[in-house]
Amino acid sequence: MLMSTILIIEQILNGLQSGIMLFLMAAGLTLIFGVMGLINLAHGSLYMIGAFAAAAVAGLTGSFVLALIAAMAAAALAGVLVEMLVIRRLYATDHLDQVLATFALILIFSEGTRWAFGSFPLFLDIPDYLSGPVTLPCGIQYPFYRLVLICVGLLVAVGLGLLITQTRLGVQIRAGENDREMIAALGVDISKLYTLVFALGAALAGLAGALVGAIQSVQVGMGEPVLILAFVVIVIGGIGSIKGALIGALLVGLTDTLGGVFLPQLFKLFMEPSAAQTSGSALASMSIYILMGAVLIWRPTGLFGART
Amino acid sequence: MIRERYLNGLVLVLLFAVPLWALSNDEPFTITLATRAVIFALAAVGLNIALGLGGLVSLGHAAFFGIGGYAMGILAYHAQTYTPLMEFPFVIEGTKSMPVIWLVAMVTSGIAALLIGLLSLRTTGVYFIMITLAFGQMFYFFSISWIAYGGEDGLSIYIRNDFPGLNTLVPINFFAICFAILCLVLIINGLIARSPFGLALNAARQVPQRIQTVGLDPQRLKLVAFVISGVVTGLAGALFADLNRFVSPTMFSWQMSGEIMIFIILGGTARLCGPVVGAVVFVMLEHFLGGLSEYWHIYLGTLLLLVVLFARGGLVGLIAGREVAHD
Amino acid sequence: MKLKSLILSTALAALASGASAESIKVGMITTLSGGGAGLGIDVRDGFMLAIGQSDRTDIEVVIEDDQRKPDVAVQLADKMIQSEKVDVMTGIIWSNLAMAVIPSATAQGKFYLSPNAGPSALAGKACHENYFNVAWQNDNLHEAAGAYASSVGYKNSFILAPNYPAGQDALTGYKRMYEGELAGQIFTKLGQTDYAAEIAQIRASGADSVFFFLPGGMGISFLKQYADSGVDLPVVGPAFSFDQGILQAVGDAALGVINTSQWNKDIDNATNAAFVETFQVEYGRLPSLYASQGFDTANLLISALETAHPDDADAFRAALKAANFDSTRGDFEFGPNHHPIQDIYAREVIKEGDVYTNKIIGVALENRGDAYAADCSF
Repeated sequence: MLMSTILIIEQILNGLQSGIMLFLMAAGLTLIFGVMGLINLAHGSLYMIGAFAAAAVAGLTGSFVLALIAAMAAAALAGVLVEMLVIRRLYATDHLDQVLATFALILIFSEGTRWAFGSFPLFLDIPDYLSGPVTLPCGIQYPFYRLVLICVGLLVAVGLGLLITQTRLGVQIRAGENDREMIAALGVDISKLYTLVFALGAALAGLAGALVGAIQSVQVGMGEPVLILAFVVIVIGGIGSIKGALIGALLVGLTDTLGGVFLPQLFKLFMEPSAAQTSGSALASMSIYILMGAVLIWRPTGLFGART
Repeated sequence: MIRERYLNGLVLVLLFAVPLWALSNDEPFTITLATRAVIFALAAVGLNIALGLGGLVSLGHAAFFGIGGYAMGILAYHAQTYTPLMEFPFVIEGTKSMPVIWLVAMVTSGIAALLIGLLSLRTTGVYFIMITLAFGQMFYFFSISWIAYGGEDGLSIYIRNDFPGLNTLVPINFFAICFAILCLVLIINGLIARSPFGLALNAARQVPQRIQTVGLDPQRLKLVAFVISGVVTGLAGALFADLNRFVSPTMFSWQMSGEIMIFIILGGTARLCGPVVGAVVFVMLEHFLGGLSEYWHIYLGTLLLLVVLFARGGLVGLIAGREVAHD
Repeated sequence: MKLKSLILSTALAALASGASAESIKVGMITTLSGGGAGLGIDVRDGFMLAIGQSDRTDIEVVIEDDQRKPDVAVQLADKMIQSEKVDVMTGIIWSNLAMAVIPSATAQGKFYLSPNAGPSALAGKACHENYFNVAWQNDNLHEAAGAYASSVGYKNSFILAPNYPAGQDALTGYKRMYEGELAGQIFTKLGQTDYAAEIAQIRASGADSVFFFLPGGMGISFLKQYADSGVDLPVVGPAFSFDQGILQAVGDAALGVINTSQWNKDIDNATNAAFVETFQVEYGRLPSLYASQGFDTANLLISALETAHPDDADAFRAALKAANFDSTRGDFEFGPNHHPIQDIYAREVIKEGDVYTNKIIGVALENRGDAYAADCSF
């Protein structure tokens, strides 16, 4: 198997793209945890709701753009409902109660979606104007849609950065991450802020679900694997830090992709092919967690987390 | 409000009485169900030592559950195929004797807990939760790729292991073994909580700095609690593998870690019998709700949600009131 | 978990059918919730359609959901055997759950008819005389893909499957019948959803064809991404990623792919035509191969009941082995290890109006048993 430069560059692009999509999930999760101190296990369900809403709307109208808007709206709506009915009562409690409550929400959302949409996966496809490969400068053929995903992700990152640093809402968010009681004492409407942050995080998750669902499978339970990865990302990056979420997501995406491709090759150097393949694959699956473990041992609060 | 002591006694008596009733009514499956509840309770009691006493929220305890299970699986597999585990430098044969298997399960889980604890306890809060989850996931992916012992398909052990003096294939006998172990561990748990070690641990959970001023090391206390916790959960894993006569990577999954934690939270964190109540209720819900509808997870989720929102302190907290301070 | 479908007996009907007057209880453990529920639901629906169409009123089917968890499946099996006291068991979709349940169930004297999972251990070394597989042995569809690939002249295949026993069996099966070279072989991660890296490797490898086994959502993801990548190599695979339930989710990306299956809706016999039509009327959707497997399993059971009752184990076993029923696949025959000997077809994914479905284009393997029969002795 030739390790050509073209292959390596293509894999790096792939790693970046999968990392960027993870960032959409992780950004919402880190905001929610940073501002509200809430462990939200149901974030994966919001991702799933976004994908299902997009599939439903795309099926009805045929428009991908409408589907994306529907995805964000549906996820945000679900987020607002969940926040007002359930989460609101949990701010004062410890993490354990939040774990149980949001775990219960996963059950309700998953089977609820299956009850509403049936047990078979749904159809969602990228629109024709975004499909097909393009030729990049170095002669690489790369799917256009994935480049679009990278751009969308970076736009969201820039947008969030601007939101956090330049707007009033951003100031409130940053203050809220620092000291919740203080900003309440200073007259900020905490409950509205929290609902807004939760809705924003949910919308981002829904957008990720729709964008990724178009090139993967839209089915019940699609959110949980991404949820775990997103938690890994925000821990590596540091809770509450958008910059950390971006760097962490890119690190995780690159490690996952490059590890999966190159570890088996590495093992083939001193093992026979099928054993090398199995061991390489196994190590590749574990690689993200090893990375997280290593980061935490070096910096116990993540790369950009608040130092204790 | 019932005193917690009476509630604990009631729970244990019921847990013993129901299988006896099932025995006289020829309902062997109820006994199996009760055994499953008891084993889950044991796993949760183990986690509760770290979580309730030590304040260590470990979302990777399935690692120990799985280690115990695979200890049983590997030993019994080599015994049933009459091949030794290792031939060099010294021969290790498989075994189907329960006490030996339990010993191996506890020792290996303990060693794993020591290593994982040493690395993880450098972090706190949600970072601790995540690093324990990471270790659990590492074991999970490793076991899937370990083709020698079945990989994702898992290992089937055709006959239950032996316990001296009892026919372990008879459901009530195996239940009695598991129940006896649970009661023993509960007694030990109670003793630990009241011992100088337990009180220091309790203080370390609440305000670590104060402990240090007295000359104790909170890290060491937490590590010891973590190891004990891993040992108990590992034992539960070995029993679980024996109950099902099957061990597979799902015993390592994060969903399993989550379920063990759910038992504790449902029953009442840091309560002695909280995990027992939680495990029993969960197993019963799993069994009976399924008859309501194909989408019974919705009912399960709603019930759990109601417990969290309206029954702070779990079910034990609901029935027995808030925890009384130790004297 | 409990969806009891109780078909009460009347003495007259039982006597009139000429079979034993005792009723028979069937325990079906299958996956009815979660992401993989589509397969279990199809098997259940096919099975119950056949039960409903037979004029027997003495078959009671107890259906439970295993949630795709091995420990739940083991517990349900215990319940069926100890509490419900079933005579025959069936239903399991996944090989790992099958390995957890079947050896001990058959060892306790129960008959097991598998409508799907066909692990190699149960076809070979760990076979049991009470175990019958009505669908296939896991390797069969992959072997057929390999045979087809060689028959149309593919000489340099790139093959991939997830890194778990069924995935490893898939690649082994393909290589058993495929006569060309391998441009590459990859084991992906179980549950992986992004295949950009693998597709890039396929592009760089110089292969002339691609074979993959990626069941469920994994296959949907791979196909969509593959179709978008511009790599235009022909694709071959087993039916597991191209069944009726999945095709609608993949859409155009699957058109033209060749997949191998022991059944398709256009197999030309009266039983199959009636099955496809009545399934659509009853359930409002086209049947998949899983539904046909459930249907055939029920009819096998019913045919055996015509001449024997499970209480007389030897007679019942012989009746099962005779397989004297009309299968949707035409003639049906068991090999010595109780796995089918059958033709495996090559089919192409096409679009009929608005619906994506498969069309048979040829026979990939004729009268195929399996590679493990020689290891089996009972």
